[in-house]
Amino acid sequence: MNLEEIKSILIQKFGENIIVGEETTGLQPALLIDPDRIAGVCLELRDNPQTYFDFLSCLSGVDYGVEENRFGVVYHLASIPYQTQLTLKISKENNRDLDNLPSFPTISSVYRSADWHEREAFDMEGIFFEGHPDLRRILMPDDWEGYPLRKDYKTAEYYKGIKID
Amino acid sequence: MNITNSKYEEALERYNKKITEASAQEMVLNMGPQHPSTHGVLRLELITDGEIVKEVIPHMGYLHRCFEKHAESLTYQQTIPFTDRMDYLASMNNSHIWTMGVERMMGIDKDIPKRIEYIRVLVCELNRIASHLIAIGTYGIDIGAFTPFLWCFRDREHIMGMLEWASGSRMLYNYIWVGGLFYDLPVGFEERCREFVDYFKPKLTELNDLLTNNQIFISRTANVGVLPMDVAINYGCSGPMLRGSGLKWDLRRIDGYSVYPELEFEVPVGAGEMGTVGDCWDRYKVRVDEVAQSLRIVEQCLDRLQKELKRTPDFDPRAKMPRKLVPKPQDFYIRGEGAKGELGFYFIHQKVKAIDKTGNIRYDDTEIPLRVKSRGPSFCNLSVLPAIAKDVMIADLIAIIGSIDFVLGEVDR
Repeated sequence: MNLEEIKSILIQKFGENIIVGEETTGLQPALLIDPDRIAGVCLELRDNPQTYFDFLSCLSGVDYGVEENRFGVVYHLASIPYQTQLTLKISKENNRDLDNLPSFPTISSVYRSADWHEREAFDMEGIFFEGHPDLRRILMPDDWEGYPLRKDYKTAEYYKGIKID
Repeated sequence: MNITNSKYEEALERYNKKITEASAQEMVLNMGPQHPSTHGVLRLELITDGEIVKEVIPHMGYLHRCFEKHAESLTYQQTIPFTDRMDYLASMNNSHIWTMGVERMMGIDKDIPKRIEYIRVLVCELNRIASHLIAIGTYGIDIGAFTPFLWCFRDREHIMGMLEWASGSRMLYNYIWVGGLFYDLPVGFEERCREFVDYFKPKLTELNDLLTNNQIFISRTANVGVLPMDVAINYGCSGPMLRGSGLKWDLRRIDGYSVYPELEFEVPVGAGEMGTVGDCWDRYKVRVDEVAQSLRIVEQCLDRLQKELKRTPDFDPRAKMPRKLVPKPQDFYIRGEGAKGELGFYFIHQKVKAIDKTGNIRYDDTEIPLRVKSRGPSFCNLSVLPAIAKDVMIADLIAIIGSIDFVLGEVDR
């Protein structure tokens, strides 16, 4: 199953504008997906007998830089029966206001492994996942301020009045 | 900073409410972060009804050392010591997969001399044995058997000694570098390693007699914490966890990276010998069998290293090391079989924008990645715990935790 076939499966099911772009320059090609429909795409790729991407290897939240103001999520899927891999990407522009986090739909109902990965992306990059069952911080303390992996993050000097050395 | 959007705090409030309500009806019990059977600084919040665990809520982050943040400000070569500190029981595997990823991005993975690749696999497999020995030994202690722990540590000590001889460090080696090795193996390493293999093989049989086939041990672990295969896949479990559930999935075979396609070894899977497929005993047994398979790999590597890939005086393990590590701008995800499962690194490498004196924008090469994400196998393996530890006894929960064999350095990163 190559990239073209996967594309045609997705276009057949969801229509032309489901795929908003494609990256083929690097070693691993990636499909850019319409962010609002990522959960449906993952469900289709998981359950379609031609693809069976049943294993979510990795989910990474990405902050593309201070000037770009763009946030994204990258999904690395793997198919155990076919031994293939696939990269999906979603991204959208969003400002850096901590009251207005970039928000994407959750895929934790499709892959349960996404549950903790999405919590980590929320904790580290401040990416909100709509419909996540338990979106608490996972690595940082619950009352931590700011999102450490953002490019504009300033290292905290105090935590609850205690100086951090 | 004043956050007014309550949407982001909602889950936390829901959780606090749940704990408050549970305290009135049932007992909320904290296990860890200093509890020895949580294998490090993991805190488990248990909602219990007498001896029965109703729910497990894991809390991590006590060992968070900002690996990904560090990696964003260091070059690829400088990050290697940080990867050692992720799964600190199998550091060689971490740096092997990291360097492999960087080498593929640079396009030099085919130029690495065979001798270097064989040395890498040799030290990785030795380290995998050491890691599994800890898993086996501490699992015995969790269940209440003290002797296997001492035996495993005694044998692990030989491996630590050998790897210290090669790299200069006992646990955090910084031995495998991009494009080569820190040093060639010391003279006499192969002979000493062979001595160890001959010494260790009978010890493995003894260990099986002592623990694997021990009736008390079987009663404590068989049919406990059963993890069905579909649940394991959906939760992203990998490594011995997934193989314990009966799926033959080993990235050393699937991806065939490094020199693994040239080596002969079996992929052991859980068969439900003592109870159900995917129970704690199966996961334990997969590790014991893997130790034996790793020994086979070590022997084959030694054969090659002593014959056709023999050490020569002019062999320089740093000869192929690039002066500057500047990959082409791209995204790359590398995965490999660490001691605990699928260890992955996701790199985003881009050029950096700079403005020169005349005000023109130009894009410069850089040695520093824009983003690195590490996919720790322990992180995903641990996430299945709340699902398989529902309505079990507290004592069984200890058995389940031990059979997952996570390392907190990798969960928290």
